[in-house]
Parts: sequence; C-alpha cells; structure tokens
Amino acid sequence: MICSIEEYLGKDEQKDLLRFLTAGSVDDGKSTLIGRLLFDSKKIYEDQLDALERDSKRMGNAGDHIDYALLLDGLKAEREQGITIDVAYRYFSTNNRKFIIADTPGHEQYTRNMITGGSTANLAIILVDARSGVITQTRRHTFLVSLLGIKQVVLAVNKMDLIGFSQDAFDKIVDDYLRFVEPLGIPDITCIPLSALDGDNVVSKSKRTPWYKGVSLLGHLESVPIDRDRNYENFRFPVQYVLRPGQDFRGFSGKMAGGIVHKGDAVTALPSGKTSRVKSIVVYEGEVEYAFPPQSIAITLEDEIDVSRGDMLVHPDDLPLSGRNFEAMLVWMDEEPMDTDKQFYLKQTTNTTRAHIDSVRYKVNVNTMEHSPAENLELNEIGKVYFTTGKELFFDPYKSNKQTGAFILIDPVTNNTSAVGMIIGKIDAKDLQGEDMLVVIDLNRLGIGKEHYRAIEKIQKELKYQGIEIRIIK
Amino acid sequence: MLKYMDTSHNLQFSLTHLRELEAESIHIIREVAAEFENPVMLYSIGKDSSVMVRLAEKAFAPGKAPFPLMHIDSKWKFREMVEFRDSYAKKAGWRLIVESNIEAYKAGVGPFTHGSKVHTDLMKTKALLDALDKHKFDAAFGGARRDEEKSRAKERIFSFRDKFHQWDPKHQRPELWDIYNARIHKGESIRVFPLSNWTELDVWQYIRIEKIPIVPLYFAKERPIVNIDGNLIMADDHRMPEELREKARMMKVRFRTLGCYPLTGAVKSEAETIEQIVEEMMTTTQSERTTRVIDFDQEGSMEQKKREGYF
Repeated sequence: MICSIEEYLGKDEQKDLLRFLTAGSVDDGKSTLIGRLLFDSKKIYEDQLDALERDSKRMGNAGDHIDYALLLDGLKAEREQGITIDVAYRYFSTNNRKFIIADTPGHEQYTRNMITGGSTANLAIILVDARSGVITQTRRHTFLVSLLGIKQVVLAVNKMDLIGFSQDAFDKIVDDYLRFVEPLGIPDITCIPLSALDGDNVVSKSKRTPWYKGVSLLGHLESVPIDRDRNYENFRFPVQYVLRPGQDFRGFSGKMAGGIVHKGDAVTALPSGKTSRVKSIVVYEGEVEYAFPPQSIAITLEDEIDVSRGDMLVHPDDLPLSGRNFEAMLVWMDEEPMDTDKQFYLKQTTNTTRAHIDSVRYKVNVNTMEHSPAENLELNEIGKVYFTTGKELFFDPYKSNKQTGAFILIDPVTNNTSAVGMIIGKIDAKDLQGEDMLVVIDLNRLGIGKEHYRAIEKIQKELKYQGIEIRIIK
Repeated sequence: MLKYMDTSHNLQFSLTHLRELEAESIHIIREVAAEFENPVMLYSIGKDSSVMVRLAEKAFAPGKAPFPLMHIDSKWKFREMVEFRDSYAKKAGWRLIVESNIEAYKAGVGPFTHGSKVHTDLMKTKALLDALDKHKFDAAFGGARRDEEKSRAKERIFSFRDKFHQWDPKHQRPELWDIYNARIHKGESIRVFPLSNWTELDVWQYIRIEKIPIVPLYFAKERPIVNIDGNLIMADDHRMPEELREKARMMKVRFRTLGCYPLTGAVKSEAETIEQIVEEMMTTTQSERTTRVIDFDQEGSMEQKKREGYF
C-alpha cells in the first residue's frame, strides 16, 4: 500500500524502462490492444475520452465499443484513411515499470517504419488474428524483429473470443509459429492467448482461458529483463564531443556504447593507438568511479593524447574490429533505389565517413526468407551488402553490440537517410569487386618539400574528419 | 567473462527510467553541438524548457553549453515569466537572446483585439521564424514531448524543416538507434526535441529530484481571475480590457502550462508543492493541453500549426 504522495514518488523514481514494439496486420487489433493497455493502466484522461467518444460515433469501426484505435491514429490524413501510417510512440506506466511503445503499421509498403520503430525496442509483440493464425505478414514481422536483434518476442494470439477461446486452435498456431521461428534464433518467445477488445489476458488473467498457464501480457511486460540488449563486456566509448572549458580540463564526452570503464583503467585511443589511463570519469554532479551503458559521461586521461570526435576509447586488450571493408545486412529506406555508383555518407557511432557500396551479395525475400541474386536494392528491400569506406571504422558485429554494429547511410544529394545497416563482420579487400578507393599521395613524386609537411598533415586530418582518408608517402 | 567488472564491490549496472532518459537527452544535445554550426536552444520559460536547460548544463559540465538560449517574447507573457527568465539566465550564466515581432507589437496586435489565431500567427509563429532566419540558426532545440499531443507522438527527435521551416509528416527521415542524421542544405534546419521520450510525470519527477527552479505560477496561490468563456484567465496587467478586469476576483489557482496570459487558463488548485502538483495531476481528469486556448480552434489544429513552423 502506498500511504503518501512522497512514498509514491519515491517508488516511481526507482522504476526502470522497457521499450517495446508492436507489429500486426491491418485488422489484427493492434491499436485496440495498445488502447486497452493505456486505458486499463488509467493513462487515458477524461477529456481525451470525451473527444474519443465523439470521434468513435462519427468514424469508429468498433460498433458500440469505444474505438481504442482512434486514440492512437494521430495525424489527420491517417484518421481519414483509417490506418496508421508511421511510427507513433506511446507512454504508460504501472506500479513496477515505465513503458514506451513504438506502434508500427503492418502493411507491406511500410517495412521501413517497423524497422524504425524496432531499433530501440527491448521486446516485440507480434499480433496474429486467432482466426487466420500465422500468415505471411507474421513471418515478415518476425524476420524483421530477428534482423533488428530483438531478443524477446511475444506472439499475441488475438481475437480468441471469436474462436470460442479454443485451446486446440491456440496450440496449433503456437506450433506453427515455433516451427517457423526456430531457424531465426530468437532466444525468448512467449505466446499468449488474448482478446484485446474484451480485455482477456491483457492486464489480468482471463477466466475464459483456464487452460492457459502463463501470465497476462502486462504481467509479462512487467517482469521481463530489460538489459539483454546491452553489452557489458567490451568497453566501447565513441567520443562525441571534446569538452575544453579551460586550460586545465580536457574531457572526452560520449555515451557508453559497451562494457564497463573504471577510473584508473588503461585505455587505447583509436585510430591513433596511443595508450593512457582514465584519470577521472566526470558527470555534472562530480566524479564517479565507474560507468556503464547507456550512461552519458566524460572521460579525462592521464596523458595529453590527441583524441577527437569519431575516435573510440577501448581497453588495450579488447579491441573492436577495424577496417575500411565490411559486410552488413542493409535495409533500403529511400524511394530512390540504391545506386552503387554513388558515394554515400555513412554514420556509425559518432563517426561519419564517405562510403561506397561495393556489391550486393543477395537480397532476402522477407516473406519466405529466401535469398536471390540482386544488383541493387529498392525501397523496403533487405540484402547483404559489401562496403568500402573512405576512412577506417571501429566496429563490432551487430549481434554482439548494437551500438557499435549499427549504421545509417545518407544520400549526399538529398541528405535523406537512404538505408540502415547492421554489420556482420569484416571482409578482406581481395573479396571486393570494385577498386579500393584509398587515395595515395607521394609527396616526393610531387616535389613537395619537408617545409610543407605540417600543412599537409593538417589537411590530411581535416579530410579524415570530413570522411575521406588519404595516405601520404613522404 | 566480465574481466573489468569489480565483482567484490557488488556494483550496480542498471539505471532508473529517469537516469536513462537523462542519458539519452544529454547524448542528443551533445550530438547537436558537435554536428551543427549554429544551434540555439528555444527557451519558453516553462517547466519542460527548465528541464531541457538543466540537461544542457549537464551535457557540457564542467564547461558551458556552446549555444545560446532564445526566448520568443510575444509581449503577452505573464510578468512573472519574464522576471524568472531574466534572473535565471543571469544566475546560470547563459547567453540569452530575446526576439519579438516588434512591427506587429507596435501595430497593437494582441489576443484581446485580434483574437488568438492572429496573435499566435504573428507574435509567436512569425516572430520565431523571423528570429531563426535573422540569426541563421541551423538547429533549434525545443522542449516538446511526444506524450503531449497526438501529432507530436509521431515526430522524430531530429525533425527536418525545409527552407520555409515547414514540417512534412509524410516524409520524415527514418530515425534508428541513437544515430541521428544531421545533414542539411543551406537554409534548411533541424528542430531537435531532446525530451521526446519524457512524460509529464517524468518532467515533474526530475524537477523534484534535481531541485530545478521553475516559475512560481505553477504553484497554487490567490490570483486575480476572470472567467472568460469557461477559461480562468488571470488579470496580469492593464492591457486586459477594463470591462473584463472589473470582473476579476481572487481565486486560488495554478497554471499547468505557461504561455500568453490571455490565452492560458488557470485551474483551481491547492497544490503548493511539487508533490501536491503530482498528486493533483494523478487524480485529475484533464490532460495538460486543455488549458491552452489555442487548441480549441479546429480539429487537428496543432498539426496544422506544426506544418507551418510553430513548435
């Protein structure tokens, strides 16, 4: 029992945060389910309810029920079409936890939005209609979830009321799903029979499914671990911004992307390879002894070594992969198809480089997961791609660290985010089809004397910051 | 194998939701400072702005933030807001830019004479757009939260604006992980919302645990109030028409949001502390924006204003 507001706030302050994604087809009742979670957790205010009742009468699709879906379809155009067209974020909390829902649409042309909504999710709820079971869209959603590396999936079998809460039907859907999902290697899958419209097994266990031994959906969301997506083992600190308030302080600020760092740890700065020790870990309140993901901190070093934005601090005996060639799964997000002749900007952690798509190895059919050869990718297509970058990057496979294994590709002309990628690993330059684009400048051959070396090194450094690496031969 | 983990000291490696949100916001703010040439933090003097400003102070400690605050003064803000603005900026050492639509002000534009729509268009939206152009800011932080209003729930954290400051909800850049696309052409800009994932309760909690100063108008006090079409409007100065001012009577009220005083309704309240405000909020049945008069104009009106460049 909570006795006072102070006590309530004290407890609220200690809650953690779970981010989850919801995916389903147009009529699976996804918006109804989210509306139910918000409604039952008493987040819906009375004035929103008034407007809702008004709207439900005018354009609702739920008959006499309140149309919970109308709560969520925010934008005018969407309300007119009766479908959700983009990712919408929703917030609610229970006595134990805070939640952020990324509500994403289910229909084909919007794979892009589901990928967007799912990138920060700790868990995904995939809805199926109990009457139709596992369908093509279920497979597609699950594949995308596995591609994003979401480790916890809930298969929510909705509309159980329409099939008389039949255990046999539920079991069959679960069997189908588990058989299909096995090769994808998602570690944690929970299947729950639901009726979002009536509220069965949403917040509390339903009497209408006595055969179901698990917990309700909300019970599950409240108890799953949230830190499974973080890497606490390999210290990775991409430097974001150098703090220099005065002569006596030089702090490298950034967000912990992996591992734990302690005051006194030996660290290597990449790409320079120079080594020093952590002198202090600084936050606004003062110094701390250690830091872990996803904290935003600043690190000062014992020695004056050259470190700037885009560099990475790591432990000397635990280096990330490094190089200018790697393979990745790429999701094309732009209406303009991939142009392999183009030089893109690639942003990974705090590092931006020029990048070139060497070749598309294959594309994946998101419905059947079959591979087929491809020259390029179009909107919503997914494929394995080889990359060459203009400067050296420091990365890990996305599987072992999302923060250092993810990147976006930016069109240099339109500045759109054209594609997003998840690194698989490093490749050798000999496996590339195209030519290496590293520019080599031989100063002797050009007759440039030693007195200009300092200026040339400055230019080399600035070019690198702007994403182009050149090799100088002196 | 956690070779660098000091197991003997039983260290904690989890964050509360507030500390996680804080870390996310600081990362966003630093990213803007690193990627843009001329960013600005829009400061509305409200509680959300106060939290955002504190996060910016945290992001660059022990140094100062490498961008100024800018307040768009519609000339009809509560007097206490302006006093608070000036004293806070001075005390905390912020460079503060204040911009207004002086032309419209001199022409006598105000909500009582011109209505809320004309006033908002000229004194807020136009004043903001002109100020952004005048200073050539390429990124502007705003304190908006996604839980405030339906159209905001779908907006990106880095929200692209074209040369005319317009937002196109159908062509938003995909935004994944914590990798933000900051690339723009000359004349275009990005609005950045570091508090996107905070809720109203999170903001109050943070103000409480961080002891962040806020404008006293948020707390209940006896104030001179006129009931105008069901909205409790404070008679803050002599510019309120006399026939309205005469009807003012003292009521114990507070404000859930702050803006132009003739357009911001008060709520009857006894809440004099943050704890009492939260208690009231949890038991109240009205969501935050209902005390803002401008929302009533037309259905989807906030989305319309956002497309035009208003926050």
